Amino acid sequence: MKRIDLSNDVLNLGAFGGRIFVGSGLLGLAILAAAYGISGSGTQDGFMKSWLFAFLVVVAISLGALFFVMLQHLVKAGWSVTVRRIAEGMAANLSWVWVLFLPLAWYVYSGDGGALFPWADAAAVEHDHLLHEKASYLNTGFWLIRALVFFLVWALLARFYFGQSKRQDAHGDVSYTNRMQRFAPVAMILYAITQTFASYDWIMSLQPKWFSTMFGVYFFTVCLTGFFSCLIVLIWFLQRSGRVVEAISRDHVHDLGKLLFAFGVVFWAYIAYSQYMLIWYANLPIETSWFFPRHMGPWYWVSIILIWGHFLLPFVFLVSRWTKRWQGPMVLIASWMICIFIIDMYWLVMPVVPEEALAAASSYDQLSADVDSGAVSIGWSLNAVDFMLPVGMLCLLLSGTMFNLRKCTLVPVADPRLDESLAFENF
Amino acid sequence: MSQQTPERAWGYAAEFTTPAAITAAAKQVASAGYRWWDCHTPFPVHGLDTAMGVKPTILPIIVFFGGLTGTMLAAFLQVFTNSLQVDLWAIVPVIGYQFEVSGKPLISGPAFIPVLFELTVLLSALTTVGAMLLLNGLPRLYHPVLKSPKLARITDDRFFLVIESRDPEFADKKTLAFLESLDPVSVVELES
Repeated sequence: MKRIDLSNDVLNLGAFGGRIFVGSGLLGLAILAAAYGISGSGTQDGFMKSWLFAFLVVVAISLGALFFVMLQHLVKAGWSVTVRRIAEGMAANLSWVWVLFLPLAWYVYSGDGGALFPWADAAAVEHDHLLHEKASYLNTGFWLIRALVFFLVWALLARFYFGQSKRQDAHGDVSYTNRMQRFAPVAMILYAITQTFASYDWIMSLQPKWFSTMFGVYFFTVCLTGFFSCLIVLIWFLQRSGRVVEAISRDHVHDLGKLLFAFGVVFWAYIAYSQYMLIWYANLPIETSWFFPRHMGPWYWVSIILIWGHFLLPFVFLVSRWTKRWQGPMVLIASWMICIFIIDMYWLVMPVVPEEALAAASSYDQLSADVDSGAVSIGWSLNAVDFMLPVGMLCLLLSGTMFNLRKCTLVPVADPRLDESLAFENF
Repeated sequence: MSQQTPERAWGYAAEFTTPAAITAAAKQVASAGYRWWDCHTPFPVHGLDTAMGVKPTILPIIVFFGGLTGTMLAAFLQVFTNSLQVDLWAIVPVIGYQFEVSGKPLISGPAFIPVLFELTVLLSALTTVGAMLLLNGLPRLYHPVLKSPKLARITDDRFFLVIESRDPEFADKKTLAFLESLDPVSVVELES
């Protein structure tokens, strides 16, 4: 059997990680500051909405990572040991991403949040029966408490799995693995509940009258799309720097490609279509309202881009075995999936249902014409800030990941299933 | 038969005791240019396919067309049954079930997708199983390898490499000598 290089140079980030932590972190902060600068103070509502979108991009990637780590322990997976540490490092970002939520929390707490979350506007809630009825759940105080609970649960879960795994490196004691596995079912249930309600709180409640019981699952597929594509690109990046070249083999990336194909392409399309079809078929005004802005104006083309770019094209590219084992194109597809994942998040967060225009419209065609002429706004305001905020926050995410991984090996060197993972081959 | 021809063996089987031995032997048989030969092992041996030089299966391509047939069949079925009036070859008038359901158009994409999906999956699955059986030459009730009692150990603890006599490279003495040069425990002649 061939020897796999597990020397310190290959498994530790060393000064390289420190340089990226500082460089990427400063770059991210600079981009965020510049975005704040060009947005000016006059368009706070628009800026906060873009901020929410960018914040969800980094939260989704971290959540996907947390799910992946817990899943490996839940099913006692052997193949994934060598890629698990990097995922743990990405998930551990959940212990600081709440900082990015603080501006939003303050924005809503201070009472200005009505432009973003209609339920946060006390005057509007008074006059709207439906919002009034929902106020016992959708109110500022409870919303903030729930956010606190989400961040607490995620940070604890991420730190628990990362911490136990790191501690095992020193001793190689199997009891760490046993503890992580024993806790995995509970952790998974906690994750499912918090992730679902976070998607309700932060995305679905942007249109508080609309609801979809499938939305939590949709957000779950979004998280996994972001995570798997980021992980494939990050592994490529680390391997370019000469790290984990042999420990993470083509077979591991092949399996990550399968997971990206399964969760990010097929499952995403399945859930997105199921949600759409049920709403389309039932044709209830309160449910279809969410899809109206996404059917009109520029958002129509974004929807088309999602169908092709998130499902049809990646499906063709990823369905074959050889494409998933071909490193260069695989990284390109993963990069493409990161972009399309960000577009998907933008498509989820930004469109606004023109409620008054919908109620007043005499026909679909007339509403559509009004949207095209600009008489009715559906939340299309693409500008430089929308590009800068997610890029800046992704820089921070990379910086945080490097910070998390700076003092540990990039592979859990004492995991009892390490040998199984190193010898892993796809047939 | 008027002419007495010497009975020709169906093939030769070389017996090995370890996965490593049969993998090494398979490499040599493959590089010697044999085509009608196979390895029989009690369990899947990692790396044996590569050593044998087995080409990737064409099954995925067959399945793709099976699935495509399903998609088109479903599309045709739904458009046809829901459709407006069609005159087949201008003589047979066909009128579909033009039921209007909750104000949707007769031919409406979203409603058709579940059936498109299901028929695609169904025909892909059936093609996969059917084509797999066909490509493997199954079902087959008899195979010469089953006849020799020595080869019964294939399902227990022995690894057999079988070269069939229909191989163009096959030459009785030469192949026998070649198999013996691979260092097997024994070489068994197989009757058809």
